[in-house]
Amino acid sequence: MAEINSMTVAAEMKPPSRVGDHVFKWITGLMAFSVLVLIVVVGWELYKGSNLAVHKFGFKFVTSSNWDPVEENFGAWPFIFGTLVSSLIALVIAVPLSVATAVFLTELAPPKLRQPIVSIIEMLAAVPSVIYGLWGIFVLIPWLREHCFPVLQKWLGFLPLFQGPIYGVSMLAAGIIIAIMIVPIITSVSREILRSVPDLQREAAYGLGATRWEVTRIAVLSYAKRGLCGAVILGLGRALGETMAVTMVIGNRPEVAASLFAPGYTLASVIANEFAEATTDMYLSALFEIALVLFAVTIVTNILAQLLISAMGGPRASRAIQ
Amino acid sequence: MTMQPQSLYHRWRKIKSTLMSVTALLCALLVIAPLGLVLGYLIHAGAGAINWDFFTQLPKPVGEVGGGMANAIVGTLTLLGLACAIGVPVGVLGGVYLSEYGSEKSNWWIRFGADVLNGVPSIAWGIVAYALVVVRMKTFSAYAGGVALGFMMIPLIMRTTEEVLLLVPNGYREAALALGISRWKMICQIVMKTAFKGIVTGVLLAAARIAGETAPLLFTAFGNRFWTHDLSQPIAALPLQVFVYAISPYDDWHRQAWAGALVLILMVLFINLIVRFITRGRFAGAGR
Amino acid sequence: MNTIQLIRRAALVALVAGSVAGASAQMLINGAGATFPYPIYSKWFDSYAKIDPSVRFNYQSIGSGGGQKQILAQTVDFGASDGPMSDENLDKASGKILHIPTVAGAVVVTYNISGSPKLKLDGATLVDIFRGKITKWNDAKIAALNEGVTLPNQNIIVVHRSDGSGTSYIFTSYLSAVSYEWQQEVGANTSVKWPSGLGGKGNEGVAGLVKQTPGAIGYVELIYAKQNKLAYADLKNADGKFVSASIESVTAALATARIPDDFRFKMVNAPGPVAYPISGATWLLIYQQQKDPAKGKKLVEFLKWALTDGEKLASEIGYAPLPEAIQQRVLNRVAEIKY
Repeated sequence: MAEINSMTVAAEMKPPSRVGDHVFKWITGLMAFSVLVLIVVVGWELYKGSNLAVHKFGFKFVTSSNWDPVEENFGAWPFIFGTLVSSLIALVIAVPLSVATAVFLTELAPPKLRQPIVSIIEMLAAVPSVIYGLWGIFVLIPWLREHCFPVLQKWLGFLPLFQGPIYGVSMLAAGIIIAIMIVPIITSVSREILRSVPDLQREAAYGLGATRWEVTRIAVLSYAKRGLCGAVILGLGRALGETMAVTMVIGNRPEVAASLFAPGYTLASVIANEFAEATTDMYLSALFEIALVLFAVTIVTNILAQLLISAMGGPRASRAIQ
Repeated sequence: MTMQPQSLYHRWRKIKSTLMSVTALLCALLVIAPLGLVLGYLIHAGAGAINWDFFTQLPKPVGEVGGGMANAIVGTLTLLGLACAIGVPVGVLGGVYLSEYGSEKSNWWIRFGADVLNGVPSIAWGIVAYALVVVRMKTFSAYAGGVALGFMMIPLIMRTTEEVLLLVPNGYREAALALGISRWKMICQIVMKTAFKGIVTGVLLAAARIAGETAPLLFTAFGNRFWTHDLSQPIAALPLQVFVYAISPYDDWHRQAWAGALVLILMVLFINLIVRFITRGRFAGAGR
Repeated sequence: MNTIQLIRRAALVALVAGSVAGASAQMLINGAGATFPYPIYSKWFDSYAKIDPSVRFNYQSIGSGGGQKQILAQTVDFGASDGPMSDENLDKASGKILHIPTVAGAVVVTYNISGSPKLKLDGATLVDIFRGKITKWNDAKIAALNEGVTLPNQNIIVVHRSDGSGTSYIFTSYLSAVSYEWQQEVGANTSVKWPSGLGGKGNEGVAGLVKQTPGAIGYVELIYAKQNKLAYADLKNADGKFVSASIESVTAALATARIPDDFRFKMVNAPGPVAYPISGATWLLIYQQQKDPAKGKKLVEFLKWALTDGEKLASEIGYAPLPEAIQQRVLNRVAEIKY
């Protein structure tokens, strides 16, 4: 960050009081690094809990598809698959919609409409997950089964993704419900980011004769690119860890299927499903290991997301526009 | 003749611009539609059970009419307060470090850490708070619930704070420093003030996000059918009550569950409006 | 000063101290565990608050596994579970844990076929359906049990609980009791590896899926089937009679079930002409030696009330009360709690 360095130089030219600065820097640094401490704490708790299963099953835990609480044989592969697929579906649906909505709210909508819509969207982030789940089984699933999925199958049925019997509860339904749940967070954060783009940017672009879309694309979206990626990652985090609502609509069948109409299962749902009633040590330990695997999946997907962002230009690109 | 292709191109740009505007509008409608449906369903199913008693009475057992969730409403507010006491200072100051101090390398790690934490399933936070607080204190308590929710808030607030601080133009910082103000004062009085609305939005979003969480409270705040004044005792919470009622077999309780969810989001709206009202006008200029 | 005066004075002091304590801090006794009895327990605790205002019972339904874990960790004063604790878990306890059965409930087989005819099913057929061996509603085996009912030529979609639950424990215990194959291939537990079907979360989830999926079959607690007006099958019991699930037929099963002295029993496929075959009890888990004498005393007083007057409240909200003979045995056990 070249500009930060230049600022440091500026600060060193005329140092007013260094004590306050040092203390403040230390405090903020401490707070920032506390997330790493928290990661260690979470990781340690999960590792401690999963010790038994880790030793018994080893690496087979993540590759085996067998989940049998009676025989105490545990394998997590279908859950890992389900988590990745359902989150991916959710992002594919939610990201374009959320960013477009954020653009609409900051650039296009009449000012009077903006705040009420934003307030409603933010409110919906607070709806308890179980309520989304119940709404999912009683309203969304019947509609998907009767109207949406048959149409999809008719037009896209040549793809393996849209073949097979339609139950309603399915990987796709889970993706859709997660999308609905992560839209508020991605939209609100994106909007905040777009709103913070200085008007000067827009005015300059308009001054060069750009159309509204060109202004949005060149001056606003590319300026805010990094921030938008941050918003998407926040959404991804929620998608991976979402439990209750997904559990109610995914069908909970630990099976790896090509079709999006087939039921699936996710890591978070198996924890939500079985944690409260598990009594034997090995069973509990396996569930802890599921949580540990989810933790690892989150870490891996985040690394991938970070790599993707730096491949897209990263922080420098967005700041260089200034 | 040379003008012709250019004006065609110009027209194409205009059409494209309009097209994209329409697309954005459609996307917005598509987003708002399911949200509107969820909200509509909640109102349809829950509004009937909301009355004065709901806000003033304790829960009643099955088969007895009336009863409310007064203790759960107060409990949720208490838990949100406790969570903010942990989440806001850590999150906001951490965000300040990320945008103002951190080197690229340390920032990468912290950002990465925050993003990973954000993906930790909420039930895992419950387990961590259970191990850290409940097992030590030998009892479920409001503190444990506050810790679980507070931990969940940290990464959310940290990331949004960082994003909005980064968007404060550097000119502001340079101007302030050039005037001889010390750096931490510059950050507190110029940068954070400029981005104040954004930070507040981030905090509100985080609060909204955790207000509806059930799983981390199950093994920490635990729930309580009665009033408590002692934070080291189990405390009631709306999402817990909603969850228990939603999965029960009784229609009465179902109505109360929907009503509870409705009250929960209205509460968030209400807090949102109050904070917006307080911050309105002030700091409005630069932050935009 | 004679002894009588001394006692009087002591009593006075105790009374004053007691009333002050009562005014400043009410005693709170915490319990946690099974979801199934949450409605009846919360009703008991609310009613009991009127009988003894000096104590409040707080019960939270965090699941049977949670109830067992918390009583072992001693973070609660009593636990609750839909299944008895295993020997392995009891060995981990710091003291002797008593099982106090409170009420029982039935699990019914519910289905969605047009016209909702009343079906009759037996154990073997049910096992074949849930193993995925019978796939059509008009299969000869189902038809043989239901003469006169027109069964559709429709695929059967099996719906089971996806969450670990006492309901699944009772249901799979029954299937294991009537079928050797089921016992070998699947077994009985709060969650099992289901050979086929969709998983719905909670009674609500299963009821919702069955209601909305034509051709579906699932199992839920009797109260849910009644409240949601779902059709449910009559089942052939151990005596070869077809019995409908009801509070009476569950109590009948309780009366004929073989109940050992430690009250850790299963009551599926109980003998007797009117006993409903898929039913189970729920238990409170309590340390025999109470750590806090004041809490222990209140707990025992409450249990004595619950097992007598409290039982009378059970049937009105859909739970089967304990038959009198067992009630007395349980009360004797409660009397063994020391504080």
